[in-house]
Amino acid sequence: MNKTENNKAWFLVLPVVILVAFSAVIPLMTVVNYSVQDIFGPGQRFFVGDEWFRETLRDPRLHEAFLRQLLFTGTILAIQIPLGIAIALTLPTKGWGVSACLVLLALPLLMPWNVVGTIWLIFARTDIGLAGWSLAQLGIDFNFTGDPLHAWITVVVMDVWHWTPLVVLLCYSGLRAIPDAFYQAAQVDGAGAWAVFRYIQLPKLTGVLTIAVLLRFMDSFMIYTEPFVLTGGGPGNSTTFLSQFLATAAVGRFDIGPAAAFSIIYFLFILLFSWLFYTAITRISTGTR
Amino acid sequence: MIENPLEWMAWTVPTAIFFATIATMLVAMTVWEVVSPTIQRRGFLPISTTRGDRFFIGLLTSAFIHVGWIAFTDLSLWIALAIAAVWMVIVMRYG
Repeated sequence: MNKTENNKAWFLVLPVVILVAFSAVIPLMTVVNYSVQDIFGPGQRFFVGDEWFRETLRDPRLHEAFLRQLLFTGTILAIQIPLGIAIALTLPTKGWGVSACLVLLALPLLMPWNVVGTIWLIFARTDIGLAGWSLAQLGIDFNFTGDPLHAWITVVVMDVWHWTPLVVLLCYSGLRAIPDAFYQAAQVDGAGAWAVFRYIQLPKLTGVLTIAVLLRFMDSFMIYTEPFVLTGGGPGNSTTFLSQFLATAAVGRFDIGPAAAFSIIYFLFILLFSWLFYTAITRISTGTR
Repeated sequence: MIENPLEWMAWTVPTAIFFATIATMLVAMTVWEVVSPTIQRRGFLPISTTRGDRFFIGLLTSAFIHVGWIAFTDLSLWIALAIAAVWMVIVMRYG
């Protein structure tokens, strides 16, 4: 392979490098420094070694938040992926309906996350909210601020409403990319609707589904704004997910050391998932397995 | 009272050594790459990797080895470091 020896173009990247250094690398290094110290104020700090990591990793509240996070992420994936595929399969393939459906589906994705939280906060209220009021009229004692189960259902439904369209759009594009020849061959062989789905559509969707699963996994793993606005992590701690747990520790209690240790552990997980995501996408796009 | 501009970053000797080590490794990897460019290959890892990929995989898994060590044992972290170092060599050589 012939390599170009002119590397002057690298200097054009320099502004970005400097910017990233100031906005990401230096703060990250500072967080690492904070995570091994007990800091009372400027000039008043003591080296504590791995104490915060030990404390954080063995904190039962963190374990609960982590399990809650896994449960939440698992739940929304189990709903959004099949639902997304199903909706994508039923969407029209030609005519004015295509644009109409796609625009309607894209609307939730365009909303700022705190607005989504606010919408559902009002929507779920039993006195003025349509959903809450309807449930109350049906005789259900719906109270998402007091009942942990109701709070969970509200948060999950909100996330499904907010993010299923992303899965739908990805699957729809994947389905449109399947050449007609496959369907014609299936018709010749007398394949039923299920066989077409199982042996043609689903295998062809593997790529976009990997992207959808990883995107939704990472996003839901970092979810903060919507539950923060909707339930504030309550009732009790029942909808406190990882990032809210972190924010409470860092901002609420000013425990900079433990919050830094937790940030690093959290960062490692996000880094792992991002790497998996990146590897999966590059391998799909280059066609290697 | 902030005497020097780096005080807000709250540097300690161990973290300074840590970052210096990482930086040295990155520089060494760069030099290595310039001297003899990497060839993508397939080892025991399920994907074909370049040298840099294996370096990253080694570092990330090493971090998780340490996290797991702290979470599940009360033993010295130096043992975790030794395991991570051996693992790093294995990944770089056979990964």
